[in-house]
Amino acid sequence: MELKFTEEQLMMRNMVRDFAKTEIEPFIEKMEQGEFPREILKKMGELGLMGITVPEQYGGSEMDFTSYVIAINELSKVSAVVGVILSVHTSVGTNPILYFGTEQQKNKYIPKLATGEYLGAFCLTEPSAGSDAGALKTKAVKKDDHYVLNGSKVFITNGGEADVNIVFASTDPSQGSRGITAFIVEKDTPGFIVGKDEQKMGLHGSRTVQLTFEDMKIPVENRLGEEGEGFKIAMANLNTGRIGIATQALGIAEAAFEAAVEYSKERVQFGKPIAANQGVGFKLADMGTAVEAAKLLVYRAASLREQGLPCGKEASMAKLFASKTAVEVAIEAVQVFGGYGYTEDYPVERYFRDAKITEIYEGTSEIQRIVIAKHLTN
Amino acid sequence: MNFQLSEEHEMIRKMVRDFAEKEVAPTAADRDEEERFDRGIFDKMAELGLTGIPWPEEYGGIGSDYLAYCIAVEELSRVCASTGVTLSAHTSLAGWPIFKYGNEEQKQKYLRPMAEGTKIGGYGLTEAGSGSDAGGMKTTAKLDGDHYVLNGSKIFITNGGIADIYVVFAVTDPESKHKGTSAFIVEADFPGFSVGKKERKLGIRSSPTTEIIFDNCRIPKENLLGEEGQGFIIAMKTLDGGRNGIAAQAVGIAQGALDASVNYAKERVQFGKPIVANQGVSFKLADMATSIEASRLLTYQAAWLESNGLSYGKESAMAKLMAGDTAMKVTTEAVQVFGGYGYTKDYPVERYMRDAKITQIYEGTQEIQRLVISRMLTK
Repeated sequence: MELKFTEEQLMMRNMVRDFAKTEIEPFIEKMEQGEFPREILKKMGELGLMGITVPEQYGGSEMDFTSYVIAINELSKVSAVVGVILSVHTSVGTNPILYFGTEQQKNKYIPKLATGEYLGAFCLTEPSAGSDAGALKTKAVKKDDHYVLNGSKVFITNGGEADVNIVFASTDPSQGSRGITAFIVEKDTPGFIVGKDEQKMGLHGSRTVQLTFEDMKIPVENRLGEEGEGFKIAMANLNTGRIGIATQALGIAEAAFEAAVEYSKERVQFGKPIAANQGVGFKLADMGTAVEAAKLLVYRAASLREQGLPCGKEASMAKLFASKTAVEVAIEAVQVFGGYGYTEDYPVERYFRDAKITEIYEGTSEIQRIVIAKHLTN
Repeated sequence: MNFQLSEEHEMIRKMVRDFAEKEVAPTAADRDEEERFDRGIFDKMAELGLTGIPWPEEYGGIGSDYLAYCIAVEELSRVCASTGVTLSAHTSLAGWPIFKYGNEEQKQKYLRPMAEGTKIGGYGLTEAGSGSDAGGMKTTAKLDGDHYVLNGSKIFITNGGIADIYVVFAVTDPESKHKGTSAFIVEADFPGFSVGKKERKLGIRSSPTTEIIFDNCRIPKENLLGEEGQGFIIAMKTLDGGRNGIAAQAVGIAQGALDASVNYAKERVQFGKPIVANQGVSFKLADMATSIEASRLLTYQAAWLESNGLSYGKESAMAKLMAGDTAMKVTTEAVQVFGGYGYTKDYPVERYMRDAKITQIYEGTQEIQRLVISRMLTK
């Protein structure tokens, strides 16, 4: 075991920490009012953060997976919104093309994604196909040198902002999940319609939209992988996506925990700082222990993924535990702040609102438990 | 023992539920989003007699009891926790101390219009530096002829800015700490009274929470509530009963979240069957319902004790502790049952989750409830 970051990883942490503090923190109020952080993403592109693990030959920074996790961790401590944008952009917006694309597709899209000129999104979920992704209804019919797509998608993170969308549609409904095919869809394709922006409890500033495809023509060369390979492509990056969201959850939990510790040392009631009461001190101890355990699960899963070892169970455990920790720690952080914590004058109510989604997207906690239980009993 | 509600209590529940579903629920989401209090809803509650449930008819009430009042708060909160707390603060925090400690003249002048619902009540105890530590307050009241002159400010005042009558606590004798605190009845149009900053909150957003400020605010001497120096006791006794109201609010929020979850779990199909067919979901619903039942029984017990003139301090603290934690847990699980949809404003569960959190904080944080309970256990 070697529970230490490399020098390169520490540099990444310091750089992202500085960046988040100076560039993102001042913009949080605008994001809370609904503004998408375009400029911030551009600057992240300049720093190489939009393609951390992408090989240099495709314009990326070619760093290790742990460095990528460190970046999401540090970003999410300041803004869960920027954290999830980067996670989605990388794990399910960029990687599917990197792993399953033709050389031509990679050359066309990856350099732009890796430098932040393009933003990526992943379009799988439908109104009646959430956890049950195989039940999707969007259809792609081949006609000469293109496919015609019809259907709609919901809860698309980065939707409407993303230049490149990985879209899943059924080319052979009789085959169920084996009939699903993936496509690379550019935003300005005719028939690509951005619908309703979801009004969400948290993650204000991150766009979550409905998309509708109306007789959308996609050239055959934009098919990603083979016909029927879509489900495999969708599932192939699940672990990376789950580790990304587990890391986002970890960042939120750390931020809430650190805020609670600071406040409990400053706030005086009954003539002493509230931290001096066991009722508060023990709470902080439990919060700190859970955060530490979440961190170890997250970085262990990342380390396995980095070494190319199986990490399905570990990624699910990391996500299940880190998201649960984020929700619990954020709720307790508001408690430590008391009435002040319930107001928008302090950030803990934002952590509370942001934390809950980490138990839902990229596989709900129930899906993680199914995955873990299957691993345990196989 | 008889755990059945009387016919009168059942009638009140049915009436309030009908009212809540028809008149309160339809605008709950919009009022939350717009942070808008609707006086019209309060006026309609007044017409139904809900603004003075436990007070005798001679003071404008309907002469029922605290259990009926808790049932009303619960049913309102099942669709809109903001409306629930408006009534709770109005009744428990402003009406109760005047009913209990006011003289006949004060009751006729202030309790009656509040019970009839022509006036709204509020309660001013918390200050910036004294939250749980209410004894650390800095607002002062000095006698000047036939008036007290109040200076200072109070924060986190429920019904702040919409209330016409506030029960306010101030220090009349700085030398003797708790025993130097007195209670006053303050009208919103007294000179020197003003409403300060309105809080922007995580939840209960259609219930206004503001600062109230006293700048040489002159209060007629006859508006002293109880005796000089009795303020701290009045404040603490008021909170004992207030906790029942908040416990009822928490039970209502949790019940609303459970009802929504049960319906959704039966309708939502994934993997070819309703999600409720999975034990991962149905066991969750079973746990949610069980905690709610336990919380409701604790709440009703405390209200029953109070209605029967028995001591209820420990029981109301237990009710609030259990119900507040239950509301937080149940609403968090409700969002989980709804999945991605639950995170959006298209469904009410995210609002329930945001609303639930305050029940663990106000009218005594959970930590204060534990202090109260443990002291009673070990005294």
